[in-house]
Amino acid sequence: MKALRQFLDKLHPLFTKGGKFESLYPLYEAGDTFLFTPDEVTEGPSHVRDALDLKRMMITVVAALGPCILMAMWNTGYQANLALAETGQTDVDGWRGAVLSMLHLTPDASCFLSNLVHGALYFIPLFLVTNIAGGLCELIFSIVRKHEINEGFLVTGMLFPLTLPATMPLWQAAIGIMFGVVLGKEVFGGTGKNFLNVALTARAFLYFAYPGNITGDSIWRTVDGVSGATPLGALGSLPSQQASVGMNAITGSVSQGGLGMDWMTAFLGIQPGSMGETSTLACLIGAFILIATGIGSWKIMSGVVLGALGTSSILYLIGSDSNAVFAMPPYWHLVVGGFAFGTVFMATDPVSAAFTSGGKWLYGMLIGFMTILVRVINPAFPEGIMLAILFGNVFAPLIDYFFVQANIKRRLARSNASA
Amino acid sequence: MSQSKIKDVLLSPIFANNPIALQVLGICSALAVTSKMQTTVTMAVAVTLVVAFSNAIIAAIRNFIPNSIRIIVQMTVIASLVIVVDQILKAFLPEIAKTLSVFVGLIITNCIVMGRAEAFAMKNDWWTSFLDGIGNGLGYSVLLVCVGIVRELTGAGQLFGIQVLPLATDGGWYVPNGLMLLPPSAFFLIGTFIWILRTFDPSQVEKDS
Repeated sequence: MKALRQFLDKLHPLFTKGGKFESLYPLYEAGDTFLFTPDEVTEGPSHVRDALDLKRMMITVVAALGPCILMAMWNTGYQANLALAETGQTDVDGWRGAVLSMLHLTPDASCFLSNLVHGALYFIPLFLVTNIAGGLCELIFSIVRKHEINEGFLVTGMLFPLTLPATMPLWQAAIGIMFGVVLGKEVFGGTGKNFLNVALTARAFLYFAYPGNITGDSIWRTVDGVSGATPLGALGSLPSQQASVGMNAITGSVSQGGLGMDWMTAFLGIQPGSMGETSTLACLIGAFILIATGIGSWKIMSGVVLGALGTSSILYLIGSDSNAVFAMPPYWHLVVGGFAFGTVFMATDPVSAAFTSGGKWLYGMLIGFMTILVRVINPAFPEGIMLAILFGNVFAPLIDYFFVQANIKRRLARSNASA
Repeated sequence: MSQSKIKDVLLSPIFANNPIALQVLGICSALAVTSKMQTTVTMAVAVTLVVAFSNAIIAAIRNFIPNSIRIIVQMTVIASLVIVVDQILKAFLPEIAKTLSVFVGLIITNCIVMGRAEAFAMKNDWWTSFLDGIGNGLGYSVLLVCVGIVRELTGAGQLFGIQVLPLATDGGWYVPNGLMLLPPSAFFLIGTFIWILRTFDPSQVEKDS
């Protein structure tokens, strides 16, 4: 450790003003503070300083994402192995097959390790591309603007690949994250000034730019020609004459044209979907870590769940003859699609969410309400949470404004009354 | 009139005082018509002609317009010109006129036309006003064409309806970006254009209020 410190200290003059690599200082600074605690201390009149800085906050979020990442790898591999078995293939094509056989693994859906490694071979390339492409944009901006590289990107770079299907082409992921980082964040002044969630901005870009690669039935299972609908997709794509099939499209057995899925399977996350979003259980563990450490707001999360439960209950009771999604019971809405992942990790993004106490409730409920509305009413978009959170982001400053004004008014009235 | 002033009136609206990028006027049509180059260029030419001639006509009669009804008179001139343009398009380019639909008629409400009439033509002689109209029309056109090229090229791999980038669905390599065909993309592109322009000319950056 000491040798490393000395090595970094030796490099330091190269990157300071007048040094050879002066312009690359943000890169050096990022490496240094990533490895060691910064040694700056408070100068001048003392202030209360919390040990919770941006870096620790971000690392906590990454830790909370752990279960989701594990589940993402396992489930992606499981779905891939299952699809291979369905088509009767025993070998994996291309470089993934080479890596698997090097590790003496065969694509077997009942083997935990095989699933995990096979899924990792899908997740890791997307993760690397996201971080290299997005990190490069981040680096260029911090060099031009002469500020430090922000740890905020670590979380974005972790969240974004989790919201993508495993079959996403790598170049599209790269374009998406570059769009998110530059137009979603840097143009507004960088981390802390982005009014939209960066990872979701990137995903929304891909969603509208290349819809064929991010929605539909054929993209979730990694083998060509093997389709596997997500529960929401299966329900949403039912033609209006067959709307009476309702939930049987999900819970019915495969031979009857259903997905053969019960609530528990969906809750555990053994279903097709974007990599990180499938498991509600993994998201709940993440939510527990975020709430226990005080990083994620339980008010926002509860608000989203309440809003979604309320809206879906009303729509469930209303019912519909031509739209099958009305038939989805409220408790199902919580475990399918990206609802849990979005609620726990995206809606609670401290920069783009509302920050007043009451505002958090309202902001959460608005997101929950919009999610269900998009899911149920708009058949073109089977998944609503992404659009709902971006919608909520846009309204967050307005919500905060009204709560702050109300607070000022209340306190003014109080002080006038006592005077 | 001096040579330098003519040049200034004609050329300054293109980059230094661009009606869209700096004054942020006439955005609606820039969003609506730029998904194809054909419509983009037609619209750019139509707006340029309307601004130029409305400026010239209004400047020529500016001393006879009673101040209290000047807006109405300006509107009458502009509306007549727009109707002429609309009829010409319908007669000679019916296909394009159909895709442009209401947006030709909406040139009447384009803030650039009204703005130049009120701000420039009411104070200058007809020839300078005419040039000012051409200049502002060019400023509008430059931005529209930039946005149009990017949108059609990335959105459909085409320029003027001719396939430039072979599409992946036809055995080529280019995967079209569907977002670019939707109006919001014009917002991003205009924003980026303004960003680039202001990087080269920092005097256009607004001061912090």
